[in-house]
Amino acid sequence: MMISNLNRGPLKLLLCAGILAAVSGCSDNDNPAPTPDPAPAPTPAPVVEHTYAVTVTNLTANQPLSPVAVLATGSDYFAWQTGEMASLALETLAESGDSSAYADMEAVTMLATGTGVIMPGMSETINITLAEADVDSLSVLSMLVNTNDAFTGLNRYSIAGLALDESVSMTANAYDAGTEANSEFKGTIPGPADSGEGFNAERDDVDYVYIHPGVISADDGLADSVLDASHRFDNPVVSISISRTE
Amino acid sequence: MNLKPLYSAVALSTLFAASASAAELEISLVNLTHGNHFTPVLVAAHDTDTQLFNAGDMASPALQKMAEGGDIADLDMAVADAGGVSIANLAGGLMAPGQKTTMMEFDTQTMTHLSVVAMVLPTNDAFIGLNSWMIPTTPGTYTVNINAYDAGTEANDEIINGGGMPGVPGIPAAPGGDGGSNATGVMDASGNDKVHVHPGVLGDTDAAGGMSDLDSRIHRWLNPVARLTVTVK
Repeated sequence: MMISNLNRGPLKLLLCAGILAAVSGCSDNDNPAPTPDPAPAPTPAPVVEHTYAVTVTNLTANQPLSPVAVLATGSDYFAWQTGEMASLALETLAESGDSSAYADMEAVTMLATGTGVIMPGMSETINITLAEADVDSLSVLSMLVNTNDAFTGLNRYSIAGLALDESVSMTANAYDAGTEANSEFKGTIPGPADSGEGFNAERDDVDYVYIHPGVISADDGLADSVLDASHRFDNPVVSISISRTE
Repeated sequence: MNLKPLYSAVALSTLFAASASAAELEISLVNLTHGNHFTPVLVAAHDTDTQLFNAGDMASPALQKMAEGGDIADLDMAVADAGGVSIANLAGGLMAPGQKTTMMEFDTQTMTHLSVVAMVLPTNDAFIGLNSWMIPTTPGTYTVNINAYDAGTEANDEIINGGGMPGVPGIPAAPGGDGGSNATGVMDASGNDKVHVHPGVLGDTDAAGGMSDLDSRIHRWLNPVARLTVTVK
């Protein structure tokens, strides 16, 4: 209710101004018009903005998280769909932690990114400010960097109903982009456990997004793995809270 | 937690709604695993007194039959005997990893709760389990994550030998064609004979031997293993 009224406010002002102009333009009165008082210039309606603080906490033992990407989108955009192919942008994020491909995406109103890697046990808060008319859904994405292509986040979470000073919190699971085999081989994992390769265009896993089965590690019988027992994880892997601060 | 007043409120509104006493649902399920199949999925709508399983309780013989061999006939019959309604075999056969069923219409009549079960293959007695989820009365689309349970009726030896009958050790099959053979068997030291959250499978990387006939790179999972989408009309 409030939102639609506010949206209509500026429109009404414009319509009134248009009618006034039309009326004075139609005047055929020969009498010199009395000097009109200078009409109060309609103050342009300020663009109402909402600011949301998105806090991501890393709940894993030894999986640093790539800088968090917060995507503001419409309600018809899904960052991923389980059982379906990952987009190229998601493949890139899940294999390398690079979220820059979302910046140019038409479906993404705004991309806000964290300042750095979130180490296990640490948190970061990312602020995103949106014009009221752009407030709809958020998606949150981050790679578990000591893996081949694990990521976590939130998918198309509606913030339209979040009132000022209200906050919500939830936990999230680890997904597998399905784009790179979980070989755990030396040279295939970009995180500090390996400092190997990030993105690779080849898709040599099942090519659909699924719940990550966890890493195996050399300690648990995968002989060629560069990972050890500390890199194993279970769900949930992060907690995420969103609050509307302005 | 006092649910009684809520129930009577629901019942009253149902009475007043007259023709709308039947709940019309649309449901679909997605297999969230990397390399595990589900046997034919049973979706049941039932009353508060009926359960297909309950974590912490012993598995019924009907549940054991489903969890060890994928046979849902006895569970389906139990639902019908209790006045419930069901969709037996939601996906029309085995449900492959990553597979999503098409939206299925489900008239749950006056039933208040929804349960879902199917065996996870290849395992000894793992099943996907949703126990008595209360069907919402508010129209909308709901998402429910489903975890994997262990029926507690068979040791998880991880040997694929065709054993699917209740009480027969071993795993019936690996439908993905990715199982091994000649495993010596995992020593399952679990003493929990009640239905419990499945610890996951171990597997190994030796298809021709080793401890397990499962592949640790293919058959492991973390919860949730399935996701149900329910639209209440």
